[in-house]
Amino acid sequence: MTNQTDPTGDVRLTGISKTYGAFTAVHPLDLTVPQGSFFALLGASGCGKTTTLRMIAGLEEPSSGTVFLGDQDVTALPPYKRPVNTVFQSYALFPHLDIFENVAFGLRRRGWKSVKKQVEEMLDLVQLGEQARKKPHQLSGGQQQRVAVARALINHPKVLLLDEPLGALDLKLRRQMQLELKRIQTEVGITFIHVTHDQEEAMTMADTVAVMNAGRVEQLGTPADLYENPRTTFVANFLGTSNFIEAEVDSKSGDDIVLKAGGGKLLLPEARCGAPTTTGGKVLVGVRPEKISLTHADDAGEIPEGRNRITGRIADSSFIGVSTQYVVDSPVCADFEVYAQNLDRDPRLVPGAEVVLHWNPAHTFGLDATQDADAGVEEAA
Amino acid sequence: MSTLTEAPPPLAPEAPGPKPPKRRGRWTPYWLLLPGILWLLVFFALPMVYQASTSVQTGSLEEGYKVTWHFATYWDALSAYWPQFVRSVLYAGTATILCLLLGYPLAYLIAFRAGRWRNLIMILVIAPFFTSFLIRTLAWKTILADGGPLVGALNTLHVLDVTSWLGLTAGDRVLATPLAVICGLTYNFLPFMILPLYTSLERIDGRLHEAAGDLYARPWTTFRKVTFPLSMPGVVSGTLLTFIPAAGDYVNADLLGSTDTRMVGNVIQTQFLRVLDYPTAAALSFILMAAILLMVTLYIRRSGTEDLV
Amino acid sequence: MPFVNWLKRNLVVIAGLLTLAYLLLPNIIVTVFSFNKPKGRFNYEWQQFSLDAWKDPCGVSDLCGSLSVSLQIAFWATLGATLLGTLIAFALVRYRFRARGAVNSLIFLPMAMPEVVMAASLLTLFLNMGAQLGFWTILIAHIMFCLSFVVTAVKARVMSMDPKLEEAARDLYAGPFQTFVRVTLPIAAPGIAAGALLAFALSFDDFIITNFNAGSTLTFPMFVWGSAQRGTPVQINVIGTAMFVVAVLFVLASMAVGHRRNRQKA
Repeated sequence: MTNQTDPTGDVRLTGISKTYGAFTAVHPLDLTVPQGSFFALLGASGCGKTTTLRMIAGLEEPSSGTVFLGDQDVTALPPYKRPVNTVFQSYALFPHLDIFENVAFGLRRRGWKSVKKQVEEMLDLVQLGEQARKKPHQLSGGQQQRVAVARALINHPKVLLLDEPLGALDLKLRRQMQLELKRIQTEVGITFIHVTHDQEEAMTMADTVAVMNAGRVEQLGTPADLYENPRTTFVANFLGTSNFIEAEVDSKSGDDIVLKAGGGKLLLPEARCGAPTTTGGKVLVGVRPEKISLTHADDAGEIPEGRNRITGRIADSSFIGVSTQYVVDSPVCADFEVYAQNLDRDPRLVPGAEVVLHWNPAHTFGLDATQDADAGVEEAA
Repeated sequence: MSTLTEAPPPLAPEAPGPKPPKRRGRWTPYWLLLPGILWLLVFFALPMVYQASTSVQTGSLEEGYKVTWHFATYWDALSAYWPQFVRSVLYAGTATILCLLLGYPLAYLIAFRAGRWRNLIMILVIAPFFTSFLIRTLAWKTILADGGPLVGALNTLHVLDVTSWLGLTAGDRVLATPLAVICGLTYNFLPFMILPLYTSLERIDGRLHEAAGDLYARPWTTFRKVTFPLSMPGVVSGTLLTFIPAAGDYVNADLLGSTDTRMVGNVIQTQFLRVLDYPTAAALSFILMAAILLMVTLYIRRSGTEDLV
Repeated sequence: MPFVNWLKRNLVVIAGLLTLAYLLLPNIIVTVFSFNKPKGRFNYEWQQFSLDAWKDPCGVSDLCGSLSVSLQIAFWATLGATLLGTLIAFALVRYRFRARGAVNSLIFLPMAMPEVVMAASLLTLFLNMGAQLGFWTILIAHIMFCLSFVVTAVKARVMSMDPKLEEAARDLYAGPFQTFVRVTLPIAAPGIAAGALLAFALSFDDFIITNFNAGSTLTFPMFVWGSAQRGTPVQINVIGTAMFVVAVLFVLASMAVGHRRNRQKA
């Protein structure tokens, strides 16, 4: 055993994989989660995120690879010998024990005699001091969720694993619990690894997000980085909505690449292009719907110079309060999505109207055109 | 036999559920199974083998029996006791149908109409089990007594004329007639019908009734097209749980019947315990077992195993 | 015609209540006749009210002895069948192994077999082995036929149990043994209790299998059977009524406790 007070408490996975017969749930994977961070594994169901989590917990034996906690190799340790605790999906609270005993369970198993003080403090932390003697089924979903967190945290694990902890809650409660979990994490400073399929949840809570797809990590980064600079169409579609235009590299102009799409030209900062940029090469040009401005074709002259522009016709519009979402039919891309904030609504922007779409070239990103532009659309829905 | 669980035992090996999780100890399941399975092998399966062997033995009690592959015992037993076999099937079949007709309304009442009385009625269905079924069967001797109020009433209403004409009763007696035996069988196995019926009815979503009503089904149509088909698993396991023990029963025929109402169970009991003609008794028991297993298999296959819980 | 409409709506209720009356009638007779003072040896005709039998329930030779034999056999059969059956149920739900189908069939068959067949075949085994019929052969037989019912009851409970609960226990520093004792067993307990209760009732009230394999040992159902031939003492009705009342009180009490507990929680 290496010493428990290792200053570097990072979780390191090296070459870890899991196969069930012919099916590979997780391809060999290297991942480092820095100590004290809030890390999210994001992906659709069946992408291998939960399996990865369970291998860290020790509930699943990896087919290959090693799990390190700090310097300690814990790959061969059973779950009850790992300084790691889990908040299970649907909580797995012991139905035959009251809240107090549920929270005290881990301490008692480790031979603690007096647990009262710790349990009460922990219940106060999650604001459930009053409910100590109730049974789990007498609590609301949100309360049960907090008990599950308390039951795991009281053991002061090096890492807290959260397996879709908010999946069973309704939207409003989920928002509230996201902030609550974030608060607790900041307060206790323990590493949180959070598995979720909800991109908004991952982006709200985590410092670092790893997007998983089909047993591999597609991209890893801060939420803003993933959103602004997706490196694959899967990430671009899974996190929010993206519009893609197939374009051909024409020339270079300073730091920008000039692309041909349909009859027009588009600019793309070279730094934001993840595809080969040889002249004649194909590139998928992506832009987020909220970056785009919409101007009626009659006013096209008022659009400032230097912006990327595309013409089209509004196919559909839906008013959703804070914004209006338009679907625009354009020669370079059918179903171009545009979200316009409802500041000064132009009454001419109705279905059938001819419009010009334009945006700051800095908001453009370029991806390898060999991939499926719709990857991740289904999963995100 | 008696039972008191809310959920009656399933009557068919159930379809495999979700895959059980794989565990590290490869031999653990075998160690867990060993004592119980050994018990069943030695005291359930092995006796069947002994019985089969006994049925083809010849000899006498004094000189002992030897296996002589004397299959004629089967033929002799069948030709001597076929009326008892036929009676067993007829009585048990009639009792099963009566159980279904009587039990369904009560199960329906508990499932959908009892409201806050549900628990109480449930207790009243189960509680009689705690009085030995032999004592309760003897009570029917009082209820059906010659010249008693029930028989008197049936006589006045000329019901007994009809049943006499059907060969179910004789003269103005009910006791010691087929009717008394069927009545006893129906009474004894009725809870075995009610409990599975109730379990499958209770699972039906009450909103389905409303939906059927909403879609222009009258109450009777709702029952025929929605409720009854959905309760089929209960009907199937209820009829099996009633028919099987009723067909092998000899207590009702003995206590409430006469020598003219003897069923195959009575013959097996007498041959084994009084006449001590073991080969004949074993052959009869074997035929009964084979017949029941055959009927059950056909019945389950016909009604669709997947629906059985 | 409001009455006809009312009748139409409540036909099923009336039919159901009539069936309930049919089910309860014998118990009423048994209770009433426990206060009878019969003239002859048989207690089938009402003569006059008397408390004699209630004052002296053991006043008939062998009756209370047979009751005690039945209770002992039921106790040990329940213990044995519950233990063996619970192990099988866990193996069936929690593990994948070869011969699963065969094991399932072996569990199912005793429940689909007429009792008289099992009784007769078991007797041939005992006769062939030269076993002395009595307490032990009855106990062996009872464990055998109760086993399947226990397996079914426990299996249903264990199957509905969330495997995540055991994972949670292991995650919270409980080793395999601790996990079993602290989590698995308490949660499976209602299923095991139901199986045990069922086994007790089945064993206590069994007649056919006991009739074949009892030798000269007298259980309570055997005593009743014999008395049907020789003469039925009123005390039989006293015992039957007492068991009925005790059972109903037991159920009502446990329901009241459950009700109070639920109210406390709320």
